[in-house]
Amino acid sequence: MPLSTKHLLGLEGMPKEEIQLILDTANSFREVLDRPIKKVPALQGKTIVNLFFESSTRTRTSFELAERRLSADVVNFSTDISSVRKGETLKDTARNLEMMKIDMVVVRHVCAGTSRFLSNILDANVINAGDGMHEHPTQALLDMYTIREKFGKLEGLNVCIIGDIGHSRVALSNIFGLKTMGANVSVCGPRTLIPKDIEQLGVKVFHDADKAINEADVVNVLRIQLERQGGNLFPSLREYRRFFGISKERLEKLNRDITIMHPGPINRDVEISADVADGEHSLILQQVLNGVAIRMAVLFLLGTRG
Amino acid sequence: MNLLLKNGHIIDPATEIDAIADILVVDGKIEKIGQGLSSPKQSETIDLNSKVVAPGFIDIHVHLREPGFEHKETIDSGCRAAAAGGFTAVCCMPNTNPAIDDASVVRTIIEKGKNVLHGIVDIYPVGAATMARAGKELSPMFELAEAGAVAFSDDGAPIESAEMMRRVLEYAGTIGKPVIQHAEDVSMTRGGAMNEGIVSTSLGLPPMPPIAEDVLIARDITLVEYLGSAYHVAHMSTAGATELVRQAKRRKLPVTCEVTPHHFALTDEAVRSYDTNTKMNPPLRTQRDLEAVIEGLRDGTIDVIATDHAPHSFDEKQVEFTAAPFGIIGLETAIGLSLTKLVHTKILTLQQLIEKFSSNPRRILGLPKISIAEGESANLTIFDTAVEWKVDLDKFKSRSKNSPFSNWPLKGKSFGIVNNGFAYINDKILS
Repeated sequence: MPLSTKHLLGLEGMPKEEIQLILDTANSFREVLDRPIKKVPALQGKTIVNLFFESSTRTRTSFELAERRLSADVVNFSTDISSVRKGETLKDTARNLEMMKIDMVVVRHVCAGTSRFLSNILDANVINAGDGMHEHPTQALLDMYTIREKFGKLEGLNVCIIGDIGHSRVALSNIFGLKTMGANVSVCGPRTLIPKDIEQLGVKVFHDADKAINEADVVNVLRIQLERQGGNLFPSLREYRRFFGISKERLEKLNRDITIMHPGPINRDVEISADVADGEHSLILQQVLNGVAIRMAVLFLLGTRG
Repeated sequence: MNLLLKNGHIIDPATEIDAIADILVVDGKIEKIGQGLSSPKQSETIDLNSKVVAPGFIDIHVHLREPGFEHKETIDSGCRAAAAGGFTAVCCMPNTNPAIDDASVVRTIIEKGKNVLHGIVDIYPVGAATMARAGKELSPMFELAEAGAVAFSDDGAPIESAEMMRRVLEYAGTIGKPVIQHAEDVSMTRGGAMNEGIVSTSLGLPPMPPIAEDVLIARDITLVEYLGSAYHVAHMSTAGATELVRQAKRRKLPVTCEVTPHHFALTDEAVRSYDTNTKMNPPLRTQRDLEAVIEGLRDGTIDVIATDHAPHSFDEKQVEFTAAPFGIIGLETAIGLSLTKLVHTKILTLQQLIEKFSSNPRRILGLPKISIAEGESANLTIFDTAVEWKVDLDKFKSRSKNSPFSNWPLKGKSFGIVNNGFAYINDKILS
């Protein structure tokens, strides 16, 4: 079965079978990553451009590794822009790239909807590597893969996402994907970090971290963006750490083990304490490894659907 | 110009006429209204086949973009769009460059308008309330009014400070001119791109809460109650604001308001396409808000339909959603959308629709009354309520094509206008 769409723009509306297909395909690439020679010729002759308009080390590296391990030719195009650029428009940039015969575009941008915008004007496959506060589908896919790897299933599991839900594309993609796969999703944070009416997406809302994790099998801890404090969304990192930080003390009150995840990069001892991040129930490094396999799966499925 | 309009369905709420009759226009004046009129020599005769003949429509919220942004629209293209859309008059907003904060700008705009289609479309400029619309110093409103400005506004932006708003209301009130407020508490909407709600959350677009509109209107109504000056809410879009204005009217305050066709025809669901032609300010709201403004239109809380015609060039809109400018064109779809969404759905009668496009806005701005009666100047909008058509932006006269209504099927359309001794019918000027 091929994917029904030419692009991966987000997980909203993606059918369960297709998410399943990506996760299953990632399984076989995970196995490739354990081989001495971690390279397959699946995308030989394909040219992929990594179009990053927002700084990223982890995601870009992960995509680039995935692309190279599938034997694709890789071009990196990075410009760090915090606000919208003057000068060449995104449309012109994209059209220029297209004339260079690009097969696939991996794009990250500060503006929501940018990958969709590119998919409307380009012939190439477009993969969203994060668009503003909208979606980050490969992150959610690798999170789901990691959870499934540990629990053997997604259906019926209770996953709590804690942090700045309102500004998080990781949260939104996880909510869409996990709900489709039959998991129960909750979000937790002060009201300033939770979008109004988010219950309408079928998630439970908590404002008390202890209560939130009490019901959870998995806690996905979001990075607290230090720069967001200017928006007056919470008073200080100290206060956030005390009331929403995931610490060993908080987890010990539970009397049971709980799985810890984090999309990275982590702020040690802010949203997550070092002992929890490095603890035995943390899957944080596993997520990084699985990220390459998931991205290989996505690139492979889109690049070979014909 | 001698023109015989046969078999028009004349509707004029002012004279309470509602009948099929012929109208003979001689030298720009209505010479005779009656049955079976015969045409005098050298006159054009048009059989209207029961098309509606109404007092001339005015769009009191138009961005003509000139001076300063002629790549988006000019006085020439904007007036042609108005004529094609069925308007005999427009009010142009002051967010030009330079802003309309000097009498010379007012005069230039009015003069230029007289050269377009023989001046068939009257332009009534809205002067800036503060210098350069910066909210710091009062504009010379007396001089601007003397030159022809009919109201004052910093539209495009709100008059933010309560103290400044107080002085604007007092000063404009001195000469009996209304203040038109773009009601938006910008401290709540900064960086926003669409209405706050489940759709903005799902799309990850920075939100603009509806209450940003409501809180400014609530403050302004408090000022109006204290000062007594006339206050008009531009492009009102929320359920909360509609209720605030309804209450203010119950208290007999001089508060009026307008709604745009896009706010009664579309909701924020349309933004799911990330089409930048669904990005405007105020943003498209929720179904609940849409129903509230429709109720406001029905019960008379909302006095006026105005388009907030806001042209932007193709390339300006072909960018990331958050980077795109706010606004859509509206002059050439207003009558079609209003008939389709309000009259054919029995929300408004034709009389009520005509009031909201003609007599109400003219009254709010203190413009001369017009009516369809013998001896009066012929200032007419003629429209066909039954014709079914599809929006074809390529055929529009506006220089810009930024509309979310491309290819929309509509029922009802402007047929032509008569004003200042000329008629514009079927794309042709008759003189």
